[in-house]
Amino acid sequence: MSDATIDFIRRELSAQADAPAAPTPGYWKSVRQRLARDPVTIAVSLVLLAIVFISVGAPLVTHYDPYAGSVLARLKPIGTPGHWLGTDETGRDLWTRLCYGGRLSLLAGILPVTISLVVGGFLGILAGYAGGLVGTLIMRTMDVFYAFPSILLAIAICGLLGNGLSNSVIALAVVFIPPMVRISETVTTQARQLDFVEAARASGTTTLQVIRHHVLANVLGPILVYATSLISVSIILSAGLSFLGLGVTPPQAEWGLMLNSLRQAIYVQPYVAALPGLMIFVTSMCFNLMSDGFRSAMDVRLNK
Amino acid sequence: MIESQQTSPAGAGEVKTRSVEGEGDRAGTRQSGAACRSDHPHPPLRGALSRAAGEGYRQDPRDRGGPAQPLLLVENLRKHFPVRGGLLNRQVATVQAVDDVSFIIRKGETLGIVGESGCGKSTTARLLMRLIEPDAGTTVFDGETVGSRTGISVNAMRRQMQMVFQDSYSSLNPRMTMVDSISYAPRMHGTPRKAATERAEHLLDQVGLNPRTYARRYPHELSGGQRQRANIARALALEPRLVILDEAVSALDKSIEAQVLNLLADLKQRFNLTYLFISHDLNVVEYVADRVLVMYLGRIVETGPVEQIYRAPRHPYTRALFASKPTLDPDRRTTEMPLTGDPPNPINPPSGCRFRTRCAFAQAVCADAAPALSIPFGTPPSDGPGHLVACHLPEAQLAAGIGHA
Repeated sequence: MSDATIDFIRRELSAQADAPAAPTPGYWKSVRQRLARDPVTIAVSLVLLAIVFISVGAPLVTHYDPYAGSVLARLKPIGTPGHWLGTDETGRDLWTRLCYGGRLSLLAGILPVTISLVVGGFLGILAGYAGGLVGTLIMRTMDVFYAFPSILLAIAICGLLGNGLSNSVIALAVVFIPPMVRISETVTTQARQLDFVEAARASGTTTLQVIRHHVLANVLGPILVYATSLISVSIILSAGLSFLGLGVTPPQAEWGLMLNSLRQAIYVQPYVAALPGLMIFVTSMCFNLMSDGFRSAMDVRLNK
Repeated sequence: MIESQQTSPAGAGEVKTRSVEGEGDRAGTRQSGAACRSDHPHPPLRGALSRAAGEGYRQDPRDRGGPAQPLLLVENLRKHFPVRGGLLNRQVATVQAVDDVSFIIRKGETLGIVGESGCGKSTTARLLMRLIEPDAGTTVFDGETVGSRTGISVNAMRRQMQMVFQDSYSSLNPRMTMVDSISYAPRMHGTPRKAATERAEHLLDQVGLNPRTYARRYPHELSGGQRQRANIARALALEPRLVILDEAVSALDKSIEAQVLNLLADLKQRFNLTYLFISHDLNVVEYVADRVLVMYLGRIVETGPVEQIYRAPRHPYTRALFASKPTLDPDRRTTEMPLTGDPPNPINPPSGCRFRTRCAFAQAVCADAAPALSIPFGTPPSDGPGHLVACHLPEAQLAAGIGHA
């Protein structure tokens, strides 16, 4: 072998040895990369952002008063000058009502789920990790709630507490806690049997540290996905409560309530009457797709 | 009883020569334990180990009782799992998973535990780590009773005793990178993140994984052998003195298994480790272990130095177990089934000797009393008192071995 060849091999070998560390992006960078390759998730996230924007910033996108109607301008069709989405049965601008209605609807969708996520998630992880008597106690208590159909339970609680948005939020939170407990208990029971949880316990870390770093990280995904799917249910259930005169009361703007009051105009202005329902549909759909997308983007196992 | 017999100086008869290469040149650079500790958090070469207790055992700075004191002494360890059922979730039976098991692990040795599936090998390991609370029994770690007021706490013991699990994938958190998994326990015990990360990278290097390539990888991005190496690195992160290897190489294919076994032998010397090696693979145990413990249905049936047990197994069960070991020698093969059927249900184990229902030699005495571990009949004095067997019958102990599968 010539000296040049040997020299070349030597240089190659040392170059390999000194090669820079393999490009290993940080966790959040890899999440962003995976999100960037998922146009559906980006699109639905943008739609949701837009819905949140028109709700929170309603005065910026419309100059009408959501409560001021006009007898002369009742049930105008879509495309009417001045009222591009038409008007409702008392002559209020529908675009304005939809924007303002988003505030209560999103609140009624997200708040009960958040409360039940925190309470139910805590109880479920506790029941799943502790097991034994604690677990049995929690799970059998939840079984009692399961004995009632969810909408009936919500109606009963609302009837007990009286109407108003806050009471319907409480009622829905109570309704959502049992399934949330069940889901989180199941995934925690599965996770705690895995060897890496045992290994963490065997290395002398405290129970709280084990739960925080090993159990939580591995159960939060399915729990969050389930929670987001509940948001749409929550919007629809709170609309149902409003319809029954529980929960939000007229003349407040709320999609479910609007859907119910426009129901009578379905033969006069079918497209206008369908608009609040469309909003509920789009919002819940977006929440579902977004949670799916984020779940896969944040899962390191579904890489590349 | 076991303790007194097994810690006697006759252990010198079991000195082994394999895996001690390099002892000579390392002896020259031997440092005192205190000096090692101050200049490096983990002196990489504390020296090779002679396999026998007390013979050339390098002093560990954490050592308390000296080389003759067993690193781990287990007495009357027992775990009976309740079987619940019926309407009110009442206890209807107990599974006697581990029943009055006593043994010692000497400093610097490798103790192998063998036995069929369900004989209580893994339960014993989990009981030692206190992943399961034992019903009864005492554990003494280097002279200090674990969990007692005067001894050391369970957590203090866990820092000196680590475990490698069989399933290399499920024993790593799928959402943590290798370096995070390995540095996790030290970080939780207060090591600053940077130091813990550096040490984790060093450990990855020690187990043969280039930290620049593998440190930021997730478990699913590694092969089984690589993951098991990372698991070993994770177990070593707390600088344990005793490592429990619970079927640690059983799930690996043969060539990888050999690599990992060599790595384990290497690490044992480098980090002054003691192993408890649990396996169903008799060939592997013969290769790595100094002493063997044969378990059957939650009890120890035979224990002793590996050469003596493999040369002259005394318990009928041990012989049957060895007969099921495949051999490459066609002359020694037999198609006869050494053992038939499954082990009896541990919910209602047979009275007396638990093996009697499958034993060809069983007599009335076997049903009456459980045999204690004692020196086998007809042991030549040169063999020393290390070999113990739990069998009543001399003829069963002295019967000739059967062929191989």
